[in-house]
Amino acid sequence: MSPDFHEIWVYLSASPLAGLTLTLVAYQAGLWVFEQFGRRPILNPVLIAVLLIAGLLTATGVEYRTYFDGAQFVHFLLGPATVALAVPLYKQFNEVRRSAPALIVALLAGSAASALSAVGIAWALGASERTLLSLAPKSVTSPIAMGVSEQIGGLPSLTAVFVILTGIIAASLGTWVLNLVRVKDWRARGFGMGVAAHGIGTARALQVNEVAGAFAGLGMGLNALATAILLPVLYHLIFG
Amino acid sequence: MLGTLTILLLCQLAGELIARILHLPVPGPVIGMVLLFIGLLVKGDVPTPLQDMAGGILRHLSLLFVPAGVGVMAHLHRLGTEALPIAAALFGSTLLGVALTAWVMAALSRRGEDRR
Repeated sequence: MSPDFHEIWVYLSASPLAGLTLTLVAYQAGLWVFEQFGRRPILNPVLIAVLLIAGLLTATGVEYRTYFDGAQFVHFLLGPATVALAVPLYKQFNEVRRSAPALIVALLAGSAASALSAVGIAWALGASERTLLSLAPKSVTSPIAMGVSEQIGGLPSLTAVFVILTGIIAASLGTWVLNLVRVKDWRARGFGMGVAAHGIGTARALQVNEVAGAFAGLGMGLNALATAILLPVLYHLIFG
Repeated sequence: MLGTLTILLLCQLAGELIARILHLPVPGPVIGMVLLFIGLLVKGDVPTPLQDMAGGILRHLSLLFVPAGVGVMAHLHRLGTEALPIAAALFGSTLLGVALTAWVMAALSRRGEDRR
């Protein structure tokens, strides 16, 4: 390596600019592929961007931590974006109020089913206890999932990965499974995506239909609340 | 745009403070969302700049998950040794969760509307 090139490399790997730019470029590439091949949900832009970046970092030997120093500026916007979900929610408020009882029952059923089936399936197939505990809160938005994971003895950073994978699975296959169970109501379709797959499910629902998006945002918020309160209680009941 | 971003950040900050002071297990941004929602209820409509800002940020919501997603790198070993239980659990529980929530909600709201 020539000295000039080496210097440039040192600068790039120490500055947050590279990680930040890489995140945006990889996501745009993901979007481009998604648009170019007929907006097939399986070509999820997040999945494509994650694979591109992880591949590049592995190939160049840059650590995740170094990349995240730059990417954290994008990561930070998750907070304000969650707050912004109040806007679609407000616009659908009349709809929400009318379906409140159905929402609450569906929330409790969906929240419990997601957590229990995740732990149950992994347990039946012989996963380690650490993995089981990290899986339990995977349906809710990352900050709360990581908090709950820590509380019950899981690995927060592993939980974050499960959270993202859950979102990508729902965004890619959610439409298919919703058609399979023949749910046509946009409110219900969106709510299911939000409860089971937090922000990534909500992002997908927003892409498809505005009503679905608002109910997905609501589902994500409500399940964050339900999981944060119920899961630690459930854990103490089962494991003492 | 600047004013709107400030409002979003103020709601988030207030949410974080409330969560910490009251020791609530809920993340600050979720409380911030409730605060902004109450604000909109009080005001009675959504100001256009806020509408535009929220629309813009939510249209690219999935971008914001990319940095955390790349964290998969740090766990490749565990994901490799427990690949089958993890994959089965993630696919099974996610699809069950989406389908069951939507199905219960659709069934109940249909019944509610029939009665009316």
